[in-house]
Amino acid sequence: MADIQQLKDLTTQVRRDIVRQVHAVNSGHPGGSLGCAEFLVVLYNEIMQHDPSFDMDGKGEDLFFLSNGHISPVFYSVLARAGYFPVEELNTFRKLDSRLQGHPTTHEGLPGVRIASGSLGQGMSVAIGAAEAKKLNNDKRTIFTLHGDGELQEGQNWEAIMYASANKVDNLIATIDVNGQQIDGSTESVLALGDLENKFVAFGWEVVIVANGNDIASVISGIEEAISLSRKQKPVCILLHTSMGHGVDFMMGSHKWHGVAPNDEQLAEALKQNPETLGDY
Amino acid sequence: MKTYTNTGNKDTRSGFGAGLTQLGDTNKNVVALCADLTGSLKMNEFADRYPERFFQVGIAEANMMGIAAGLTIGGKIPFTGTFANFSTGRVYDQIRQSIAYSDKNVKICASHSGLTLGEDGATHQILEDIGLMKMLPGMTVINTCDYNQTKAATLAIADHHGPVYLRFGRPKVANFTPEDGEFHIGKAVHLQEGSDVTIVATGHLVWEALEAAKELNEKGISADVINIHTIKPLDEEAIIKSVKKTGCIVTAEEHNYLGGLGESVARTLAQHHPAPQEFVATQDTFGESGTPAQLLEKYGLNAANIAKQAEKVIARK
Repeated sequence: MADIQQLKDLTTQVRRDIVRQVHAVNSGHPGGSLGCAEFLVVLYNEIMQHDPSFDMDGKGEDLFFLSNGHISPVFYSVLARAGYFPVEELNTFRKLDSRLQGHPTTHEGLPGVRIASGSLGQGMSVAIGAAEAKKLNNDKRTIFTLHGDGELQEGQNWEAIMYASANKVDNLIATIDVNGQQIDGSTESVLALGDLENKFVAFGWEVVIVANGNDIASVISGIEEAISLSRKQKPVCILLHTSMGHGVDFMMGSHKWHGVAPNDEQLAEALKQNPETLGDY
Repeated sequence: MKTYTNTGNKDTRSGFGAGLTQLGDTNKNVVALCADLTGSLKMNEFADRYPERFFQVGIAEANMMGIAAGLTIGGKIPFTGTFANFSTGRVYDQIRQSIAYSDKNVKICASHSGLTLGEDGATHQILEDIGLMKMLPGMTVINTCDYNQTKAATLAIADHHGPVYLRFGRPKVANFTPEDGEFHIGKAVHLQEGSDVTIVATGHLVWEALEAAKELNEKGISADVINIHTIKPLDEEAIIKSVKKTGCIVTAEEHNYLGGLGESVARTLAQHHPAPQEFVATQDTFGESGTPAQLLEKYGLNAANIAKQAEKVIARK
């Protein structure tokens, strides 16, 4: 178990990794990546039982599925810094012949990635399949997922959400990154999601709300609460309220940083706001 | 000329059901998923015998494909079942991203392919599925000809690691391949020796090809007949060897002539041994309502048209 300061330091370094990856190739998605840094750092370093030597089937391990694959910079950074592959490999992000494709894939054999994602809306279904396999295998570990809030506009999610409660998939904890932003604007303006808490409750899920998903302690207690609610015949959802672009003041809260890379000056400013803690790659 | 005996008409989908049930006994990793068409896919027996390994997902094919992909993570071998239309076109993106690109060991099993769903009409038929599936890198595409071969293929794909599209149909058709015959993915079955024309057929049209060969024989034309049950990977060697002997070819399939077996054969010949080819297939059209027999006749997917195209292609040599 890490202490809070260690997790904060790691999160700051992950933020540096995110902006540096995206800047280096002048493409990628920094906004959602920055917003989800605390969640993924906590999950991989405080919550999950997992093995960086990596086996695709992951029997006896907790598994994580990233459904909103465009936030690959944060996923890659957290995986690398958890020992799945060399941190220096972050240098290859989105470049030719890289295992770090723009959106994560199993195709290039990157340890830690169990499904291609990026075409939105498919991760929940895959996670349910993995959860059902765990049940058949008598494997008591848990499946975790992350989805964007805008991603819930894809209908396949609601097929999966309905399936999970109807079939008591209670070894699944699905987290929705509620940052209220998507490419074209706020979720409210593009296609309002309505009352997500009541929607999940109406679909038969347990719901945990994390009001500040960019606070390490809140994220830990939220996931722990979700775990305590799991295995009781219902799937569990965490509504994780985050700020897109969190940690870089000029990116925060704006949909404009969903998929835009910082220029040289902006990179310098972002790095100044997130000083090196564990060493750059 | 070799003769084949129809041991009694049976539906290919029942061959799938029988194979799946057998797999339930012999391979504990096999699981099955269905989108509210358990009876149509003949999955009832598996569902009854192995309820813990059967997943009823409801009318939600996209979710079914995703769950199937996820089940492989944990070592399961999922067989999904629904109509061919809903197994492919409806869920192309889910198959592309979560199954093929992710290299997941999912067996997409599709019934009621082609025109022979009949009266339900074009919304429930599909004449594009072979094309959609064969274009996906890493996807194996199989279209079986009768009950026995469908059963054998169902057993064989469980032992093949990687995504597979297995296509079969609804109507009862001649059952003429050997019971418990071997099935080798990617290996064509040479049904009959001939010297004047090669006929390669897949699915329900294999029997029609044999019938056509009989008609041709009565006219003194000798046809080499090949059953291509695996469209991808294609047994190019068998096709080239035959065409080198006969000098021309007819391809026959219950599918659009664009994207199907005929096109794969044409590419093979263009690269290795150019020769005249005629296509027995639908001509870039949707289907319509009618009895299976009426539809096959209207669209020329029968022995009479195969024989006619054989004579046409021989004249082009």
